[in-house]
Amino acid sequence: MLYRAHVLVEMTSNSIHLGASQVKERLEREIAQAGLSSEIKVLETGPLGGGVPSPFLMVYPDNVMYAPVHVSDIEEIVTEHLLKGRPVERLIAAGARPERKEGYFQPSPLAKEKRVVLRNSGLIDPGSIEDYIARDGYLALGKALSMTRQQVVDMIKDSGLLGRGGAGFPTGLKLEFTMKAAGDEKYVVCNADEGEPGTFKDRLILEGDPHSILEAMAICAYAVGADEGYIYIRAEYPESIRAVEKAIESATESGLLGDGILGSDFSFRAKIRQGAGAYICGEETSLLESIEGKRGEPRVKPPYPPQAGLWGKPTAINNVETLASIPPIILHGADWFKNIGTPTCPGTKVFTLTGNVNMLGLIEVPMGITLRELLYDVGGGIRGGREMKVVQTGGPSGGTMTPDMLDVPMAFDTLTQFNSALGSGALIVIDDSHCIVDVVKNFCEFFLHESCGKCTPCRIGNKRIVEILDRIQRGKGQENDLELLRILGENMKETSFCGLGQAAPNPLMKCLDYFREEFEKHVTEHLCDCQVCEMKPKRKKLSV
Amino acid sequence: MEAVKGENLVYNEVDEILEKYQDEKTPLLAVLQDVSRKWGYLPRDVMGYVAKKLDLPSAQVWGAATFYSFFETEPVGQYMVRVCKSAPCHVLGALNVVRALEQELGVKVGETTRDGKFTLQATSCLGVCGVAPAMMVNEITYGNLTEERIREVLALYE
Repeated sequence: MLYRAHVLVEMTSNSIHLGASQVKERLEREIAQAGLSSEIKVLETGPLGGGVPSPFLMVYPDNVMYAPVHVSDIEEIVTEHLLKGRPVERLIAAGARPERKEGYFQPSPLAKEKRVVLRNSGLIDPGSIEDYIARDGYLALGKALSMTRQQVVDMIKDSGLLGRGGAGFPTGLKLEFTMKAAGDEKYVVCNADEGEPGTFKDRLILEGDPHSILEAMAICAYAVGADEGYIYIRAEYPESIRAVEKAIESATESGLLGDGILGSDFSFRAKIRQGAGAYICGEETSLLESIEGKRGEPRVKPPYPPQAGLWGKPTAINNVETLASIPPIILHGADWFKNIGTPTCPGTKVFTLTGNVNMLGLIEVPMGITLRELLYDVGGGIRGGREMKVVQTGGPSGGTMTPDMLDVPMAFDTLTQFNSALGSGALIVIDDSHCIVDVVKNFCEFFLHESCGKCTPCRIGNKRIVEILDRIQRGKGQENDLELLRILGENMKETSFCGLGQAAPNPLMKCLDYFREEFEKHVTEHLCDCQVCEMKPKRKKLSV
Repeated sequence: MEAVKGENLVYNEVDEILEKYQDEKTPLLAVLQDVSRKWGYLPRDVMGYVAKKLDLPSAQVWGAATFYSFFETEPVGQYMVRVCKSAPCHVLGALNVVRALEQELGVKVGETTRDGKFTLQATSCLGVCGVAPAMMVNEITYGNLTEERIREVLALYE
C-alpha cells in the first residue's frame, strides 16, 4: 500500500516517559477521524539526539519536524498540516525550518553534530528491514563478501577505529588476532551489557537501528571466519531485546542472515543472550562466562578472547557503538573515516549527557570536541544557572574533570594525558550544590554493589572505602582517614584482579586530589559547606 | 517451596522450558530466566531439577542463581520495584524517590509489602538517565519521577 505521507513518532525508552505513547495514540485517532488512515501512515522511530527535544514528530516527504510534541498539539498538526498541507510553524522545532528539497532532512540545530553511528536513528522505522535497506543497509555486507577476509580486516585496521566500550583498543587488531588464531570454530560477540552509570548510547542505538549491529556482526564474522554470533544484552533493556529479536527474524527471512548469504558460501547466525543484572558482565571475559551459564566472574588474561574466548574458541567481542561504525567504514573506506575526529582517534563518539545539565540526552560528534562545547552548546549549560563542580566522564570507572579542563579535546589519548578518561562517553554533570564526599560515596557504593567478590582487594576494599566515607559524612571522620582512603585506593588499583577493582578507586583518588580542602573540612571541622552531609552521629547501621 | 514440590505439572512446565533450549550449548542462564519469569523467583527444587536435567553440578546452578541481581532465591512480591541509585539519578534526587517509595509502600528497601504485592529493591543504573530519576516495575521502566508520579505509577499496579 502506498501512502501520501509518513509520520514518524520517536518511541524510545526515554521518549515514552515524555508522553510519546500518548502522542502516537492520539495521532492515530485524529488521523482516523480525519479520514486519512489510507493516506497517512504512522511509524515509530528511534532517537535523533543532538539537542532535539523529545518526543518529536517527523513528517515525510515534507521534511517537517515538530519537537517537543504534546498530546494537545496533535489535533492542530493533523487538521492544519496533514489535512490542509500547512505546516504548523509555531510547533516546528527550533533550528529546523522546513526546506522542501530532495533527500533527507538534517534535523540537528547543532553544527558540530556528525552522525555515523546514529546515521539512521530517528529517520527510519527500526522494525522495518526495508527502511534499513533503503538507507544502504546490508550494502556494506555485500561489499565485504566481495573482498577477501584480509582486505576487510585491513580496511578496519586502516580506519583507526578504536573500541567504543571504554578501553579504546584498536578494533582492526582484535579482528586480525581472531582471524589468525588457529581453529575452525570461532565466534563473534556483541557486548550490549551497557552497565556504566550514565551510559545509554548502546540502548538507543539498538532501539533505533538494530540492523546496523547485525550487519556489522556479519561483516566481522566473515572477516574472522565465524558463522555464529551472540548479542549479550542486559536484562534492564527489554525494548532493545525486542528490537534485536525482530531484526534477527526479518533479516533471516530476507536471507541476510542464515546459510549462503547473498549468494556466497558464507553463513552466519545471530542469537540473543540476556544478562541478569550484573555490571561485571560488561567486562568481556565475565560476559563470556555468563553466556556459558556461569557466574559472571572475570577470567585470567592472557589468553585474551581472540585466542580463547567463548567455549575456549577464538572470539571477536565488540561494543555496540564500535560495531555500528563498521558498515560505513566498509562502504566509504578507511580514509573517509580518518577524516572525521582527530588524527590519533578518528571517527565519532556518542556522548550521553546526564545529571545537572539542562538538556539530558545523547549526541554524536567527531572525536576531539571539548567538554565546554558538549556542556554549554549541546547541553544548554548547568541546570538552575548553577556552576559546574565536576564532570565524571565515562561513568564512575572513567575520569574526573574539573572546570579547568573544559577545553581539553575529548578523545581516548588526549584525556589520558590529562589524567582523565573518555570511557563509554557518559558525562555525569554535577553542579556546585553537591557535596564531593556524598558524590564520591555514591560512586564507591556502586562498585561495592557490583564487585563480583572474586578477589579480595575489590571485595573488601570497596567495603572499607564506603565505611570510611560514611563515617566522614556523619561527622565521625578520624584524623588519618584521608590517608587511609589513599592507601586503600592505591592498593586496589595495583592488586585487583580485573578492571572493575582497578578502576573503582578512580573517582575517589582524583577527588581527594582536586577537592582536598573539602574533604579535610569534613574530617577536621565536621563541616559540610553544601549542607548535604548530616554531620550528626547516627546510630543507624550502614546499609549497602 | 512445598507448594511446588511433588507437583508433576510444575515439572512439565520446566521440561517445556528446557526443551526450548535443547539445541543450546550452555542454556543455564536462559533457562533460569524463563523459570524466574514464570514463578517470580527460582524455587530450590526447580533448580535441583534443572541441574539434574542439564547434567550440571547443583553448585553451578545455585552459584549462578545467587550471583545475578535479577534472580531471586526466595519468593518476592508480584511486582518488583527496582529504584535506581546510581549517580545520574542520585544528583537529580534519587534519595527522595527512595524515601517516597518507602513511604508509599510502607516497607524499607529490600523488603516486601505484607500483601505480597510489591518488593522494593535498590538497583544500579537502568540506562534511562535521560529521564532520571528512574525506576523499573517488573519489565517496565518509569522516569522523571516525582512524589506525584510515583503515586500514579504505583496506582497502576494496585
